[in-house]
Amino acid sequence: MLRFALLRILSAIPTLFLVVVLAFLMVHAAPGGPFDDERVLPPENARNLAAAYHLDESLPRQFARYVSGLLRGDLGPSYHYRDHSVSQLIGTAFPLSLQLGLLSMALALGVGVSAGVVAGLRRNTMFDRLITGVAMTGISIPVFVIAPVLVLVFAVKLRWLPASWSGDASGWRFLLPVLALSLPQIAYITRLTRASMIEILSSDFIRTAKAQGLSLFSIVRFHALKPAMLPVVSYLGPAIAAVLTGAVVVEILFGVPGLGQLFVRGALNRDYTLVLGIVVFYAALIILLNLVVDLLYGFLDPRIRNP
Amino acid sequence: MSAAPTAGLVRQATAGAAVRISGSILVIIAVAALLGPSLSSHDYFSMNLAERLESPTLDNERFFGTDDLGRDLFVRTMSGTRVTLLVAIVASFVSLVLGVAYGAAAGYAGGKVDAFMMRIVDALYALPFIFLVILLMVAFERNFLLIFVAIGAINWLDMARIVRGQTLALKEREFVAAARLIGVPPVMVVLRHIVPNLLGVVVVYVTLTIPQAILVESFLSFLGLGIQEPQTSLGALVNGGVSQMEHAPWALLIPAALLALILMSFNFLGDGLRDALDPRLEAR
Repeated sequence: MLRFALLRILSAIPTLFLVVVLAFLMVHAAPGGPFDDERVLPPENARNLAAAYHLDESLPRQFARYVSGLLRGDLGPSYHYRDHSVSQLIGTAFPLSLQLGLLSMALALGVGVSAGVVAGLRRNTMFDRLITGVAMTGISIPVFVIAPVLVLVFAVKLRWLPASWSGDASGWRFLLPVLALSLPQIAYITRLTRASMIEILSSDFIRTAKAQGLSLFSIVRFHALKPAMLPVVSYLGPAIAAVLTGAVVVEILFGVPGLGQLFVRGALNRDYTLVLGIVVFYAALIILLNLVVDLLYGFLDPRIRNP
Repeated sequence: MSAAPTAGLVRQATAGAAVRISGSILVIIAVAALLGPSLSSHDYFSMNLAERLESPTLDNERFFGTDDLGRDLFVRTMSGTRVTLLVAIVASFVSLVLGVAYGAAAGYAGGKVDAFMMRIVDALYALPFIFLVILLMVAFERNFLLIFVAIGAINWLDMARIVRGQTLALKEREFVAAARLIGVPPVMVVLRHIVPNLLGVVVVYVTLTIPQAILVESFLSFLGLGIQEPQTSLGALVNGGVSQMEHAPWALLIPAALLALILMSFNFLGDGLRDALDPRLEAR
């Protein structure tokens, strides 16, 4: 297990480095400098400005400076928010996004797994057909379609819930964003769980358990659930990436001052260092969480950790 | 797997129906998107401030109403659908060319070259592409071409894996051995004998990459980082509808529903075709 874990951790490092290189090169290959759209400065001031942000150095030197800053957790200064460093901005915005993401994943797993298990147990009943139909529809509808429609129905027309983040300080303001983020994931996890439940329930060890006279509850709880969860666990990596991407849309739409909103604002302001920093941060986060998922998978399935 | 033979037949029959229905829906949408704008007396960019936010009506051909600048939403929705479909198809074509070339080369070369090439694919899988694409859109002027390439670059990895697997199996077949025996150069063997035999699988997977490409394009356009005004796409229309939803809910609901319908149809079509091609692959 330790060997497996070490190998996985080692292979994550080059991937992260590749992201940093690609993102850094993309930003620096961009035509024009970060201060081009501002009023024309006297050449001397422009030189001072470039020197202050180390833009006068050669590309390899700038890259080395960036990476050494990165290792110390310093992502450089923001070009747009002059008084803040990128790390500060991310540090302020991320906790809110983390809350949103965790709540959405918890909801998606709770509802998705329960619905999938029940549908798998009652295969081909009306209930199963209803759930699979709804799930297939849910998978096809992206967050940026669900989220505005939810706002239109529950906030604008019915006026049950607040439409924007700042309009309400209670916990209810989490409900619509979390719902919008988790619905597509609920649909996907339901389908995965159902398919894998059906497969597991037809295997020999479940037949043995049935022959021993175990109750349906203990069969599911002690025998079927753990192996049936494997596909769901391996889907967690993509799910986390999807929730992070969806959070960008949801935060913009609801006005949540989280990382996604910061990212899009930075993109529209052409705040290169901020966008670069957030891409690197997202990449590190996704790679780290994929690592955790892999280790969890190895923990659940002994065939993986001892090849 | 354990299902009775009749259950398999039922599943195949319903898969066939799903393919037919979703295929017909897509054809209707594509035809409407191609012909719709030229049949209407309005165009997609003319503003008419006297007719802002009109609700859908049959009078004056305002089938889908107008937006906050008084532009005709029927024509905008149809031409947006056209852009969305065009981007998706071209981007999928980019991913198809990249994926087939890479996958066939890796599979045909085999051995260490294959292992190394697939290692690169594995490493690329872990990249958060969507964020890199946003970065790309920020760094460079946003133009059509870049959007095609960027979205195609995301989707080619799956194609490369599938094509490589198929190539590994195909290259052991007698006709490939025969071609090699009479001295056909490797590039020609791949082009003339391997690639044509891959097409069935490739076509099925393209129907599954198209909705993914649509998703990426609409996502970018929704954020204002994709298609630029006055050009539009379904994602940009949904975004425009959001700001007007209190007074003009149709401006949001119509493009949103159309986008969902297109994505759903492609997913059903792809799933159904995959089942028909390989009955052993149970739809997940």
